[in-house]
Amino acid sequence: MNSEISETVEAASAGEVAARVSAPPRVTPRAWEVAGLLALIAGACLLPFELSGFRLFQFTQVFVYAIALLGLNILTGYNGQISLGHGAFYGIGAYTAAIMIDRWGVPYGWTVPVAGVLCLVVGFLFGLPALRLEGLYLALATFALALSVPQILKHFDGWTGGSQGIVLSRPAAPLGLPLTADQWLYFLSLGVLLVLFMLGWNLLRGRTGRALVAIRDNPIAAEAMGVNAALYKSLAFGVSAAYTGVAGALSALAIAFVAPDTFNVFLSITFLVGIVIGGLASISGPIFGALFIQFVPNYAQDISKAAPWAIYGIFLIVFMYVMPYGVSGFLRLAWRRLTRATAGTRPK
Amino acid sequence: MALDSVSFEMAEGAIVGLIGPNGAGKTTFFNCLSRLYAPDRGDILFEGRSVLDVTPHRIAELGIGRTFQSLALFGTMTVLQNVMVGVHSRSQSDVLSNALRLPWVSREERAIRRTAMELLAFLDLEAVAHDPAAGLSFGTLKRVELARALAGRPKLLLLDEPAGGLNHEEVAALGRLIRSIREERQVTVLLVEHHMNLVMQVSDRVVVLDFGRKIAEGSPAEVQRDPQVIRAYLGSEN
Repeated sequence: MNSEISETVEAASAGEVAARVSAPPRVTPRAWEVAGLLALIAGACLLPFELSGFRLFQFTQVFVYAIALLGLNILTGYNGQISLGHGAFYGIGAYTAAIMIDRWGVPYGWTVPVAGVLCLVVGFLFGLPALRLEGLYLALATFALALSVPQILKHFDGWTGGSQGIVLSRPAAPLGLPLTADQWLYFLSLGVLLVLFMLGWNLLRGRTGRALVAIRDNPIAAEAMGVNAALYKSLAFGVSAAYTGVAGALSALAIAFVAPDTFNVFLSITFLVGIVIGGLASISGPIFGALFIQFVPNYAQDISKAAPWAIYGIFLIVFMYVMPYGVSGFLRLAWRRLTRATAGTRPK
Repeated sequence: MALDSVSFEMAEGAIVGLIGPNGAGKTTFFNCLSRLYAPDRGDILFEGRSVLDVTPHRIAELGIGRTFQSLALFGTMTVLQNVMVGVHSRSQSDVLSNALRLPWVSREERAIRRTAMELLAFLDLEAVAHDPAAGLSFGTLKRVELARALAGRPKLLLLDEPAGGLNHEEVAALGRLIRSIREERQVTVLLVEHHMNLVMQVSDRVVVLDFGRKIAEGSPAEVQRDPQVIRAYLGSEN
């Protein structure tokens, strides 16, 4: 009964079949996966006591990016709608948090869900006209969104502080927890990430996830099966924007500063790079993608001060060449080979 | 104009064959029925209700299922998942309840899975349940399409050239299968097909189209004797 637990779309259960075939009761690959996941979470909880300052902040940023990337992956990876404009939703989320805290004095804890709901609505509404657009045309429409949002933010400078942006103060740990602000933001982001990944995983392995993938694979057949493609495509836009908006709000808290020009087209493209490198239509892909977009530019800088983006480009090409299905696809294949090798050959 | 004033009725529980030479308008007719195309005039009634008032994605809910002439499977999904999508029109869970995985959603998921597994067993597809659809043999994929269409528990099943690309034994098995679908599942079947033997063997009634018009209708034996049908298929010689 557990084959659909791994990534929704993939053939998955070579492991399951292998486990059923092997005679003596043994630790299944599934149990290994769960154990590995728990170990990762435990490791993530220990990290802030090993690292500090900028290093820790970088990992907070990885979690924030991962949330945004899962959002984009729901839209582009699972539902097949390309977006070159998710930096805009990220920016809307960030400014929602900043304006609520700075202008209205709302406690910061409220800003994250509000940013999510606002982006859900904006994304859904943007998704409605986008229904008429596909492929490159949709790419252009979302590109226009990415271009216009920074300027709109500057225009309403009474709220947004114009080009100067808004400076916030970093929230301290609540309830007298013995954590620094860096550590608290790290755990806050990790907690939001775990909740949103759990919800996303549930969504994508169920009826909704199947409908999204069915629309991507064959929209006409999906409609014939009773899938309301228009509704699901708009919902995918809304949910995707909500995830990215939450990530934006968290980033505003973590950086304690928002400025319109950080939410530019380049950020949108970076998100797209993240989901492709991490692995399209996979739940774990966004984590790997977030690690890539956070750390690889830094490594590129270390290698060459003169041309870091050329080095970054080389990294991109090498990743695509070595792992055509992204990091998660590469690892899944390796894992499948491993479990098959240990559990005997799979009968066909 | 691909179709001109075609009119016929189907009795519940019947197997009706729709035949005609290439370009006669069979698939066009089919696509009108499943609401991919909208006819300029006329109406299509299903259980006394106009199908044309219904949006395409609600056709399945009404009880009309279909397969596609050139396969239209969800290539990246497994065979099981393909068939589970077929249950979409018979299940309820929405985005929010899915995300929260409420207890009733888990129950519904189990029911969807059970339905799909039963159909895989019925169509002898259990061995490939967890294989991605892309890459399986053509004959297998035809059966997956059938399983997926049946998963919506249709009252009317539209089969668009199910025998296309199948070998002799596979066609014979398909004939038996179509019969058993009607007998065991009380499904009315509309069969668009080039394969004359299959149509004549399984159909209760046959409707013949040529150049978008209906030229004959009747039992397989009647239709086979009809001079207009013979002319349409063999070409006029006068």
